[in-house]
Amino acid sequence: MAMTRHSDAVAPVRSSGPLFTWLSRHANLSVGTLGRLCKQPFASLMIVLVIAITLAIPAALNLVVKNAQAISSGWDNALDFSVYLKSALSAADAENLRTIIEQRADVDTVRLITADEALREFKSRSGFGEALEHLSENPLPHALVVRPSPVNTEKSLILLQEEIATLPEAELVQVDTEWVRRFHAILDILKRVIAIGTALLAAAIIVIIGNTIRLEIQNRREEIEVTKLIGASNAFVRRPFLWSGFWYGVLGDLLALGLVYYGLYLLREPAAKLAGLYNSQVTMLSLNLEECVVIVATAVGLGLVGSWFAAARHMRRIEPR
Amino acid sequence: MIQIDNVTKRFPGGQEALAGLTFAVERGEMVFVTGHSGAGKSTLLKLIALIERPTSGQVIVDGQNTRRVRRRKIPAYRRQIGMVFQDHKLLYDRPVFDNVALPLIIAGVGHRETGRRVRAALDQVGLLHKERQNPETLSAGEQQRVGIARAIVTRPKLLIADEPTGNLDPDLSLEVMRIFRRFNEVGVTVLIASHDIALIDRLGCRRIDLDKGRLRLPVEDEQAFLIDSDAEHGRWQ
Repeated sequence: MAMTRHSDAVAPVRSSGPLFTWLSRHANLSVGTLGRLCKQPFASLMIVLVIAITLAIPAALNLVVKNAQAISSGWDNALDFSVYLKSALSAADAENLRTIIEQRADVDTVRLITADEALREFKSRSGFGEALEHLSENPLPHALVVRPSPVNTEKSLILLQEEIATLPEAELVQVDTEWVRRFHAILDILKRVIAIGTALLAAAIIVIIGNTIRLEIQNRREEIEVTKLIGASNAFVRRPFLWSGFWYGVLGDLLALGLVYYGLYLLREPAAKLAGLYNSQVTMLSLNLEECVVIVATAVGLGLVGSWFAAARHMRRIEPR
Repeated sequence: MIQIDNVTKRFPGGQEALAGLTFAVERGEMVFVTGHSGAGKSTLLKLIALIERPTSGQVIVDGQNTRRVRRRKIPAYRRQIGMVFQDHKLLYDRPVFDNVALPLIIAGVGHRETGRRVRAALDQVGLLHKERQNPETLSAGEQQRVGIARAIVTRPKLLIADEPTGNLDPDLSLEVMRIFRRFNEVGVTVLIASHDIALIDRLGCRRIDLDKGRLRLPVEDEQAFLIDSDAEHGRWQ
């Protein structure tokens, strides 16, 4: 364009590069857009609040799952099973058997609980201590606690248990940690449900921001027309609306993080009480830095996508007449 | 600078705003387009600004055939032309300075250079002292001068104005026209649509007289075609 170049040519005293100009324009625009939002504090707050709640729900649910997982990950004995040996077996034979089983590839460790140890533990833990004193002989058998190696599948685990149960020395194989695995399975389902819900809520945020930007574009129709009339490109006219979307995203997720942290604060005391009842040292997990960054990035991204869609759709229709 | 070559503009309703119009404006000229309302003045300016496209014929501005300017290139094309409107088309949510700076911001001109050029433009229309005011607080004449400052701040070679004095009293009109005249004197081609014949005659510029989308012959030749012209008048009035 001959004339555009002409106008550039008469501006030789440009103090800074085009990149700097571009950046400083964006800086101006971002502050200006934020100022515009602050001019209608109530309307802006409503939108920000809706976005914040929509973000806070999946974030909070994810925290619940994370905490549940953290608690249950302490139960790494999930695969353990006990083998009660025939009472005729001597402690030495039991120890022999222990070493033999432990040598299997599909077994990690085997712990021997001798009848004496078991009785001692039972006395101290069960509260029947004194009654047990009167027993003439130890009724408990030796037992092995087998921890299968983690390479085992569900099937090979059952196979292992069956094989050990058929050993002549074994009286009974008892799998008493089945529920831990069930719990993990439930958590897995819950995680998937949350993932689906999160995707839906993300779509909702795009719609909310898109709609807000659409209204904003309608309100500023005349301004858009005039700017286009004096040579603004669609990209130029779109820019302030993208910044609006960006700010809705940023403010929305800051508020969302606030809501999540406030929720954690409210739950801290009852959670500590519950942990106390279980004699547990478990403390509630909060969002870590990485998760915060993900939430912020998601919201900003959704804000930009929503406003871009709205701007692209509606901007083209506004042409000077 | 502007070549209008057998241009016809028909609107979807079927009415013909321009009908086979042909004329040219030389580089550095100041030309008025006159005619009654509905004669096609605004349509002509819209074709030059690429707000509308001709139904047939060619509009060539500074060597560029507007037919070849693609939709995406329209903004860049418009940036070469300074435009002034009857209703000023200022933005009332920002001060005078920001209004005038807008074309420079669109063009991506640096901060310092923008300030310099905006003040120069405001100085040329005599409004330097009002740069911080909101255009709403200015009189109609002053608002129009802000509009002119915005049109010339990018130093275009071509300035087009649609009824720039339409809402102004005669004194203010003359003042506005003198501003246009001053820009013309430094080499800017100026095309103004106006129906204020008395004012135009005082300035002594060439007139392109439109009637029903056609060129009416220059005033001095009118005698020779009196019969023809009268017949046309009789038909339309």
